[in-house]
Amino acid sequence: MSTPVTSVLEASNVTKRFGGLVAVNDVSLSVAEGEVMGLIGPNGAGKTTFFNCLTGMETPTSGSVTYKGQPLRGRPDLILKAGVARTFQNIRLFPNMTAIENVIVGRHARTKAGVLSAVGRGPRYRREERESDEMAKELLAFVGLRHVRNELAKSLPYGDQRRLEIARALATEPGLLLLDEPTAGMNPNETAEAVKLVRKIQAKGLSVVLIEHDMRFVFSLCDRVAVLVQGEKLLEGSPQEVQSDERVIAAYLGKPAEGESA
Amino acid sequence: MMRDRSPVSLLAIAGAAVQAVACFLPWSQFAGFPGEMLNSGYPGGARMYVLFLAVAGLAVLVLDPPRRAAAARAAGAWSLAVSLLTALLIGYAGGGLVNVGTGAWVAVGGAVALTVGAYLLDLGQDRPLTVWHLPDVPWRQPAEIVLTLGVAGLALWGFVVGLGIPDSTIANGDDHVILRAFSLNAITAGSEFLSFLLGIIGLFVIASRVGIVASVSAVTQRQRAALVVGASVVAIAFPFTQGGSPYGLRIAASIGVFAAAAVGLNIVVGLAGLLDLGYIAFFGVGAYFAAIYSGTSTSPIHTTLPFFLVIVLGALVAAVFGVVLGAPTLRLRGDYLAIVTLGFGEIFRISVNNFDGSSGPSLTNGPNGVSNIPDLKLPGGFSFGDNHSLFGVELPFQANYFFLEILLVAFVMFAFLRLAESRIGRAWVAIREDELAAAATGINTTRLKLLAFALGATLAGMAGTVDAHVVKVAAPDSFTFIESTLLLAAVILGGMGTVPGALLGASLVYLLPEKLRFLQDLRLMFFGLTLILIMRLRPEGIIASKRRQREFHETDATALDRAGALDPPPGAHA
Repeated sequence: MSTPVTSVLEASNVTKRFGGLVAVNDVSLSVAEGEVMGLIGPNGAGKTTFFNCLTGMETPTSGSVTYKGQPLRGRPDLILKAGVARTFQNIRLFPNMTAIENVIVGRHARTKAGVLSAVGRGPRYRREERESDEMAKELLAFVGLRHVRNELAKSLPYGDQRRLEIARALATEPGLLLLDEPTAGMNPNETAEAVKLVRKIQAKGLSVVLIEHDMRFVFSLCDRVAVLVQGEKLLEGSPQEVQSDERVIAAYLGKPAEGESA
Repeated sequence: MMRDRSPVSLLAIAGAAVQAVACFLPWSQFAGFPGEMLNSGYPGGARMYVLFLAVAGLAVLVLDPPRRAAAARAAGAWSLAVSLLTALLIGYAGGGLVNVGTGAWVAVGGAVALTVGAYLLDLGQDRPLTVWHLPDVPWRQPAEIVLTLGVAGLALWGFVVGLGIPDSTIANGDDHVILRAFSLNAITAGSEFLSFLLGIIGLFVIASRVGIVASVSAVTQRQRAALVVGASVVAIAFPFTQGGSPYGLRIAASIGVFAAAAVGLNIVVGLAGLLDLGYIAFFGVGAYFAAIYSGTSTSPIHTTLPFFLVIVLGALVAAVFGVVLGAPTLRLRGDYLAIVTLGFGEIFRISVNNFDGSSGPSLTNGPNGVSNIPDLKLPGGFSFGDNHSLFGVELPFQANYFFLEILLVAFVMFAFLRLAESRIGRAWVAIREDELAAAATGINTTRLKLLAFALGATLAGMAGTVDAHVVKVAAPDSFTFIESTLLLAAVILGGMGTVPGALLGASLVYLLPEKLRFLQDLRLMFFGLTLILIMRLRPEGIIASKRRQREFHETDATALDRAGALDPPPGAHA
């Protein structure tokens, strides 16, 4: 890329050890503003652990992460407040709350009402509640779930749950959205919808990092792709570069055995 | 209307009709059986509840509501249970079945016909459950308000009748405890209350089968203002129904304290999902604070604080205890937190037992407790210890404390409802649902959990300050583990996360042991059995959480679904 880009997220030399196991080894990654970056790699490559290190679910053993120049450290809720939101590989909604309630909970970090104003219900409290409600409705419409807003989260079909989780993350007004396998378990139609949704999110000016196994999805959507193998970053580049790299093919399909021609 | 004219259906209808008529005939040939069964013309005693069940069964069969057969089966089974039990007990008390009146046998026969007919009806013919609507006409709103007020009135009626049934006990000589409790004498003495209980449960089952419970609760949800007014009127009216007797007022005041504490515990358990087994300690902190600063001679501190200050300070002190306990322990989850809180409850009880000046600081007067707490006096000279006469009705002084209770419960309910439906309440529910996801959504989980703990403790402390003045003593025995357990039982039984649930749960948990006195030493065993039964039949609690239904309007069909309306068959979504 020739145009100068400002980077949103800078992860430098992030390492995470669990006892003797090195789950993430010295990974550096830079995400530019407004770009969609793909993070691929075989199972167990450390992609989700890397996400956890970015969002405060795990503390990196060494290395640092900055978001828009601010160091990210500590509790998940503080990192979210700074502007980094995420979804989970195995969907984690609030199952017994309705769709719209799930999204309104996403407003928590951006609203203020405490105990006294909740009991007192002054004009400011009511304005805040109304705004949260309106924004939640807009976001549900944005992801295409407006019609099921009063359904319980657990009763929604799988694909809708994924989209609801994205709406909840968007309600926190993030600058960077981390999506952990957003199309896992989706049929081709739903995957096509997901592509459109990520494009729409990008059009809003957000940066997106997504972990994915669906290569067609990754290569049609991402501006850049990074490959993690066994906790280390193998390479990073445009979809074309990554697609044609032999090491990537080897990592996914295994090396040809001795004596066999590739 | 009735489409089903099959012989089976007609048999059931005839049975219900016969049973209803039989309730106006004498059921016993001698006087003195509890509830008086000798007379004819008026359905006294157990006959009243059999009559209700029979009429309900008749209405179900003739009016052909959804789930007709299922409801008719309930009517048959419950009315048979009550009438047969009563008939046998009358026979026992009269020294032989010969002395059972004809009415009882006719009623049992009718119940058998109703039951057999109902069980032969084809359940597959039942229409699925639906929510009943009033047509969309100008008088819909007023009609719904009247219905809501009616529900409140019905609740008062049930409470007054249940409370008014004498809880007589019978001396049984030297029999063994177990023999005494299981003795037919004991059960006979309690038969009127027993039939009341069975009757109410039966009516509730019938009403929920045909969808009345779900429909009415949908209406009361819409007319919340009317529900609040109705509940207040009922609460204020209650002392006037007692004819100057302090018995019911004393019980009602205790239920009030218990309910206020249960609502507070509901924040901790029902909303935030933190299991607290030492909750009574916070209540105790408030009670001891009020007792120590009440000006009684048994308190080592001879300072008297005005009561409104005591309420506020007592609540604050309890809140401090909540934070002190919560800050280091809330990192624990589930079972571990439960055990730590259990330990805290015990520490509190043992501490107040020892703070008597010899084995600890002189603060609580040890095992004797701080007693002889003087009656409250308001600045205007109004003393809570005086009897009053209002609207020509004699109100014993206990009514003053009862009204104080009403204020306390109203405040606690108000605070709970507003918190539950706020940013804070949603965050609590989110933590309960998935703590990790809540943190990833920007909720400071530690702080919010601590807040739940502190607020729960505050409300408990507040209830405690009032309780000390109602019972006039704060002693270690009142704050044992069993009290914490009973509060928890009240919350779970009534329905977690709802205010009416906590109120109903508190009433049941307090009232049942009180009214099961006829079982003497085994009353607590039967109380436990009742709790197990309720949990088996309705594990979500009697008044299940309708959180989802309230906040945003939605179609009634899904509302019914959410209301936990009993197992709606597939395709119930209209």
